[in-house]
Amino acid sequence: MIIAEHKPMKELLAMIEGFNNILMVGCKGCVTVCNAGGSKEVAILSAALRIARRRQDKPVTIDEFTLDRQCEPEFISWLDEQVKKKKYDAIMSLACSIGPQYIAEAFETVVVLPGLNTGFMGGTIEHGIWGEFCAGCGDCVIQDFGGLCPITRCAKGLLNGPCSGSVDGKCEVNKDMDCIWELIYERMKNLGQVDRLAEMIGAKDWSTSLSGGPRKIIREDLTL
Amino acid sequence: MTTEQFEPEIIAFCCEYCSYAAADLAGSIRMSYPPNIKVILVPCSGRVDPVYLLHALEQGADGVYVTGCMEGDCHFLTGNLKAKKRVAYVRKMLDEIGIEQDRVQMFNIAASDAPEFARVAKMMTEKIRALGPNPMKKNVPSRPAQGISGP
Repeated sequence: MIIAEHKPMKELLAMIEGFNNILMVGCKGCVTVCNAGGSKEVAILSAALRIARRRQDKPVTIDEFTLDRQCEPEFISWLDEQVKKKKYDAIMSLACSIGPQYIAEAFETVVVLPGLNTGFMGGTIEHGIWGEFCAGCGDCVIQDFGGLCPITRCAKGLLNGPCSGSVDGKCEVNKDMDCIWELIYERMKNLGQVDRLAEMIGAKDWSTSLSGGPRKIIREDLTL
Repeated sequence: MTTEQFEPEIIAFCCEYCSYAAADLAGSIRMSYPPNIKVILVPCSGRVDPVYLLHALEQGADGVYVTGCMEGDCHFLTGNLKAKKRVAYVRKMLDEIGIEQDRVQMFNIAASDAPEFARVAKMMTEKIRALGPNPMKKNVPSRPAQGISGP
């Protein structure tokens, strides 16, 4: 899922300065699971911002709405009626940055504000802790590494690791971070494939990554 | 209204298994505590969500506190520890937006400890009285429009 976190309160307050009628929109997708932008976080952040603005004697109306997803225009259109009726000065999206971009496309004359900092593609390590597992390089090669991704999880992104910097299974860049190459080695050993690590891996083809601008995946069988 | 005359309104979210029983016991043994405290029964302090604390402040409560079982004694094992973290989260958020952190607090009170319940109630009342009225008290707004799409 996409992991995100809300922006610092000071930044959010600065962002809504001058706006008096705001719609805060949550998303029931990834950001609900990572507790950054679901209906609960919409309630918490909007209450905190309303309190802060009343403290400054500049009260603000912040309505709350949570969509099933913000990464599909079809769901964004569910806001049409409310936005038309309430004439908001601004819409703050608590989705990953896809949400505010789609909202901006849908409502040409309304200011759109991102309430979250979008982090990475990751998973839950434990309750309240999320880690990055995928860099979205567009050409997955983890089959060569026991199913673990050295591009994302090695601080140096080495395909022919390990480097000599790991100590007791931890990375030299950050002592709290596992050396993924140690985990890859252990995994390959368990699979009886440790000899595969002796093979040199050539330069990766990065053309499938972001180097050519925003990417698209097209499934002809699904297009209308 | 002067600060001397100010009688704070304080919301206390009390766990059914400890401090709510302590409040009950305080009443049974005729132990007085300030009438400023409005008790809300919760099945566990872990049931208290940050949004309850913020909504209480937003709607004009001068102070809010959560009381849970003693650490290690939670009926649901870790509800009080979760509540402690949530209260700390709200306190940090209040600090960031310029509201006194001490308007929101957490206490651990055993079911048998009526005197502690009364002491906390008195202490909280005095502390909030010293802080003065919640600035939100002026023109408490109606609840904002809320909506959730889909099922």
